[in-house]
Amino acid sequence: MSGGILEMRNITKTFPGVKALDNVNLVVQEGEIQALVGENGAGKSTLMKVLSGVYPHGSYSGEIYFQGQECRFHDITDSEKLGIVIIHQELALIPTLSIAENLFLGHERAARGLINWNEVMAMSQELLKKVGLHESPTTLVDDIGVGKQQLVEIAKALAKKVKLLILDEPTASLNESDSEALLKLLLQFKAQGISSILISHKLNEVAKVADSITVLRDGATIETIDCHKDRITEERIIRGMVGRDLTHRFPPRTANIGETIFEVRDWTAYHPLHSERKVVDNVNFHVGKGEVVGIAGLMGSGRTELAMSIFGRSYGTRISGTVYKHGQAVDMSTISKAIANGVVYATEDRKTFGLVLIEDVKNNTTLANLKAVAKNAVINQPKELNVANEYRDNLNIKCSSVLQKTINLSGGNQQKVVLSKWLFANPEILILDEPTRGIDVGAKYEIYTIINRLASEGKGIVVVSSELPEILGLCDRIYVMSEGKIIAEMPAAAASQEAIMTSIMQQQQQKETQSV
Amino acid sequence: MSIIESEARPTGISLTSSISRFFKEHIREQGMLIALVVITLFFQIVTNGTLLQPLNITNLILQNSYIVVMALGMLLVIVAGHIDLSVGSVAGFIGAVAAVMMVQMELSPFLAVPACLIIGALIGAIQGFWVAYMKIPAFIVTLAGMLVFRGLTLVLLQGQSIGPFPVGFQRLSSGFIPDFADAGGLHVTSIAIGAILAGLLVYLDVRERANQRKFNVAVTPLPIFLLRNVIVVAALMGLCYLLASYNGLPNVLIALFVLIALYTFITKRSVIGRRIYALGGNVRAAKLSGVNTERLTFYTFVNMGMLAALAGMIFAARLNSATPKAGNGFELDVIAAAFIGGASASGGVGTVIGAVIGAFVMGVMNNGMSIVGIGIDWQQSIKGLVLLFAVFFDVINKNKG
Repeated sequence: MSGGILEMRNITKTFPGVKALDNVNLVVQEGEIQALVGENGAGKSTLMKVLSGVYPHGSYSGEIYFQGQECRFHDITDSEKLGIVIIHQELALIPTLSIAENLFLGHERAARGLINWNEVMAMSQELLKKVGLHESPTTLVDDIGVGKQQLVEIAKALAKKVKLLILDEPTASLNESDSEALLKLLLQFKAQGISSILISHKLNEVAKVADSITVLRDGATIETIDCHKDRITEERIIRGMVGRDLTHRFPPRTANIGETIFEVRDWTAYHPLHSERKVVDNVNFHVGKGEVVGIAGLMGSGRTELAMSIFGRSYGTRISGTVYKHGQAVDMSTISKAIANGVVYATEDRKTFGLVLIEDVKNNTTLANLKAVAKNAVINQPKELNVANEYRDNLNIKCSSVLQKTINLSGGNQQKVVLSKWLFANPEILILDEPTRGIDVGAKYEIYTIINRLASEGKGIVVVSSELPEILGLCDRIYVMSEGKIIAEMPAAAASQEAIMTSIMQQQQQKETQSV
Repeated sequence: MSIIESEARPTGISLTSSISRFFKEHIREQGMLIALVVITLFFQIVTNGTLLQPLNITNLILQNSYIVVMALGMLLVIVAGHIDLSVGSVAGFIGAVAAVMMVQMELSPFLAVPACLIIGALIGAIQGFWVAYMKIPAFIVTLAGMLVFRGLTLVLLQGQSIGPFPVGFQRLSSGFIPDFADAGGLHVTSIAIGAILAGLLVYLDVRERANQRKFNVAVTPLPIFLLRNVIVVAALMGLCYLLASYNGLPNVLIALFVLIALYTFITKRSVIGRRIYALGGNVRAAKLSGVNTERLTFYTFVNMGMLAALAGMIFAARLNSATPKAGNGFELDVIAAAFIGGASASGGVGTVIGAVIGAFVMGVMNNGMSIVGIGIDWQQSIKGLVLLFAVFFDVINKNKG
């Protein structure tokens, strides 16, 4: 097999307790667009971080060859020197600086520490022309839209004399026409001999521009499809992405579903900063007693925004709609009212939103319901310790004692502390956002067991997850969300990963044909 | 992962390893206390014993009381993740208000003191409103407050000092508690109060240790437990004995005891205290757990304003006049006290007792260097370096952990 511009051989990368990449091979030919697809957590981003030097040589095993030379990158600057440039999903631009300043950030056109502004402006204009962005180089990045910012990122890559461009979900936050323009740009680059790796969930885009497609699943290369030989359909790609053994990964579950106890009607919320942008669009759903309901959807489909806007309006503006519990409309206008009404929300980002990391297990456990361990606003310490110990034992939290700081716990145990906090608030409805993100398989199983137990105790549970196997293995009924809307509802027994993905793709295609 | 497992506590852990672990975990609290003792002993030696003479120790307490009072409020503000630069100006302003009320308008102290506390709380409320609800950084709001109240002090006093205060008000700062028994020049009541206090502290520590055992959390090793209590009792009784051989306990010290106990209780035991720590530790997690973070921030500033008012009155009573320069630079000593005492600039960490120790570290150094005859110029520089190194000690300590 001839080398191509890039060859990654037998890349294996482990994190404590998790094998993120397992003998992955990737070959990119000179001047081609290679698509990298796979579910969330399949290892795409990790692989790209290995390639760009974010994870330095020595922290993984395997070899990287670029233009025939073996490479050992120690950081990003090493890989950029050779012309490997990665554009992350979250753009790395400084909003308060101008386009030109951003283009040359880190490799300013300067002599003896003084910037040659004439050269900067001339080169900026040239670069902007190449990417088809008609803006003055002096415009602040803050003043242009996300689509144009993406183009600035690409122009920045060109300024670094890019040979291999890596784009991580470049169109995730773009509208259709901007996405279209971006894909055209990639094809243009290809004609100029620049190779690219495109990571995308939007399989229609992938099918449109890619020369070959590599499918990752569970940290391993499944297959590489040559788009010029095989006929590519989305079903063909999806089949590669999913399809694994689901048995034994989920504890057995016997559902005992009662009457509807929680219902959300006509729920709409707008973006907190761009108040004309609808993020949650007229959503209706309900949860029965003892039922586990899943909300599936891709990143950016509005799942988290839906959950948080319901939970005490902690996200969004101009929120409208009604929440019913046992058929009665309830006031969910603040977080403390939501908790008092027996509805809690465990965040997808436990470190930023879930835990006070510098505090111990005990203080985090009681934080949302301190009143239950206090009398006249004074905390009863023995009682509080009792509660913390009880939850530690019940949820099997591994810590030296409940006085251990949560920052020193593993991800799975941190997640159990978050669950403890919400269970101690004594809820009837639990909304769990990505309850197993970033934790290993064993801890996942434990979390699933806890969820099953809660359901069997008669609580209503909503699981938001981007991992389809998890949704399928855990839930009784599934809602599929896309672009802020609920586009499908199916009983888990009748659902499959293919069915969910297909419904999302169809919805996106419909939207596309409408906009054309 | 492996760290967590190795920390899982095997039964029958050896005494030496449990002592060394205790020191690792509590190095900050113990460290500052040890530093205070070392600094005190150092100046006791270089001043040829002047530092711990009864008269001087009484002065030292009186000189630092207003800094300690404000450090209590500042600790809460810093734990909540904010800062208050205005406290010195507010203290000066309230001193001026008190003088106008009691000297010019001849109001009774019983009316003027509560009125001044309320005005202080209102000032705190105004600043807290801008910080908590208008989301303006506390640094800016209180920098503005610092200028505003410095200016208003000058306006009120018209550039002159106002005094003297009524005798009753002076007692706030210069009075001593009465003695109920006479024993040859020794102030018996003071000794008795010291003994009661020491007994109470030992009782609380014994109970705490019993609770640790009962609820299966790391128990303080016995030698450390004994040593700590012996030191605390000895220091407290020594202090009371020294003070008793002069005029007895100053009124201010009693007020300080009460305030320190109250704020320790609030931070360690109350719901509101726990929530302030959560707010400073991770404001987003606290908010998503149903804590009303805005209202809590607001109240920490109200509290700070009230304590600044109290400090301003103690200072005015001590000088027996309100002066335009009163309170100049106090904010820096107060903030330094909280940071030397282990508070974290990013919020969520700090103890009341640490801030008090920090205030006395600064106080003993001020006093000691003055006695030795070091000029105010070098004093400032040395204090600055002490602050820097105390926080540096914190940082390396944290990185190790």
